[in-house]
Amino acid sequence: MDFKNGAELLSLCEKNRCSISQIMKERECHLTDTNQEILDEKMNQVLRIMKQAATEPIEHPQPSMGGLIGGEAMLVDRHRREGKSLCGSLLSKAIAYSMAVLERSSSMGLIVAAPTAGSSGVVPGVLLAIQEEHGFSCQDLLPALYNASAIGYLAMRNASVAGAVAGCQAEVGVASAMAASAAVELMGGTPVQCLSAASTSLMNLLGLVCDPVGGLVEYPCQNRNAIGAAGALTAAEIALSGVRQMIPFDEMLAAMYSVGRRISPDLRETARGGCAVTPAGCRAAGGCQDTDRRIM
Amino acid sequence: MATISIFDVLGPNMIGPSSSHTAGACSIALLARKMLGEPARSVEFTLYGSFAGTWKGHGTDRALLGGIMGFSTDDSRIPRAYELAREQNLDWHFSCNETETEVHPNTVDIRLTGITGQVITLRGESIGGGKVRISRINGIEVDFSGEYHTLIVVHKDCIGMAAHITSCLSQGEVNIAFMKLFREARGNKAYSIVEFDGVLPDHVRQKIQEKEHVEQVMLIRI
Repeated sequence: MDFKNGAELLSLCEKNRCSISQIMKERECHLTDTNQEILDEKMNQVLRIMKQAATEPIEHPQPSMGGLIGGEAMLVDRHRREGKSLCGSLLSKAIAYSMAVLERSSSMGLIVAAPTAGSSGVVPGVLLAIQEEHGFSCQDLLPALYNASAIGYLAMRNASVAGAVAGCQAEVGVASAMAASAAVELMGGTPVQCLSAASTSLMNLLGLVCDPVGGLVEYPCQNRNAIGAAGALTAAEIALSGVRQMIPFDEMLAAMYSVGRRISPDLRETARGGCAVTPAGCRAAGGCQDTDRRIM
Repeated sequence: MATISIFDVLGPNMIGPSSSHTAGACSIALLARKMLGEPARSVEFTLYGSFAGTWKGHGTDRALLGGIMGFSTDDSRIPRAYELAREQNLDWHFSCNETETEVHPNTVDIRLTGITGQVITLRGESIGGGKVRISRINGIEVDFSGEYHTLIVVHKDCIGMAAHITSCLSQGEVNIAFMKLFREARGNKAYSIVEFDGVLPDHVRQKIQEKEHVEQVMLIRI
């Protein structure tokens, strides 16, 4: 039960009258000689790590290794708790959690790459916020995580999830597509709606460059995780409302990859363009660049 | 092509901040430790490319040192690697090579000495998403990922070695996923690298080792 693209995935869902998460689990059992119990156990561990990474920095903020971030998630959380949130509880929590995961990652905490470390905040940010606001159990979240991994698998197989290869659109863009599709399945949407939301997410972050200040996975990465989460919720809302997308997921993924290959290498994780070369970015990086060159 | 698993997408579970600069670095060093087959006494790292440029902010140094001590990518002891290395009397030395640019951007050379004095050198490349490639062992160009159990047989380049290894494996009912042969030059030292599924019984390893011209057998269990 393998599938090579979104169209094959949808036809498997239709033929077997089942969800994307079920197909992905079947595929895994078949290809890696495992069973559903072991899979669920491993996925529960993924979820536990995600939860801790999304909540701990809110309670105990930590400065990042490069010193560029730290404490942002706590501020967003406090703003909401004080009743001042502009976006409302769901989006505010998704923002805070996704930023928290990046803070945790950049301070050498334990995270789950989803699909990469630099984009690891998006999927947990979206799913944990929905869980709290809509009263889902942890068990309910497992299918959403399998669903997200199906989208990520297709991106890894048919495009790339590396910023150095195809820019931030391949990292946060793909993470956002994963989260959007997962959110749709969690909220009871159809497989077609899932891929539709994933397509929308990729479309909306198309062309996003990878320009980390000082070459570190900190800034603007943390902000970008928040926008990846917000974009995922937007795309899921559009899909769940019954809006259809003109461009199917497979075509959008191919477009993303093609755009990525045309992004200048200066804007693909090399810190030679974008945010990284703004005067403020250079000043901030100056502190760590000098000592970087030193022999330990 | 290796199968992409669910946990290649939602994973690795790892100490941040970077799947390539932190998790990948740890994985390369852990492979080195497994190939050595005994605890390390001293280690020298040479960092190239982006590793040399941004090691500090990515904790690449601690991840490498942690891997040498046997830590996996999700081991919470990685941030304390220096302290723990001191406790274990493990000597370390890092240097950056910024003149050689004809290498993969995230490359590290490791020279590892074990407690019995045995030495191994290898080159590892962190190729993205925490995935790695070992591209050189003791100066010989090789290529394997460490994603499967891996058997590395060092032997003289002569007729019948591949047949010997595969026959031992098939008698031991070990299924080969990938097998590749590398050599210095005709008739010199060669490396046969077998990535396999399941368990390799000790007697099979022994049998491979016993044949004339086999110098060493290393086993990486994942």
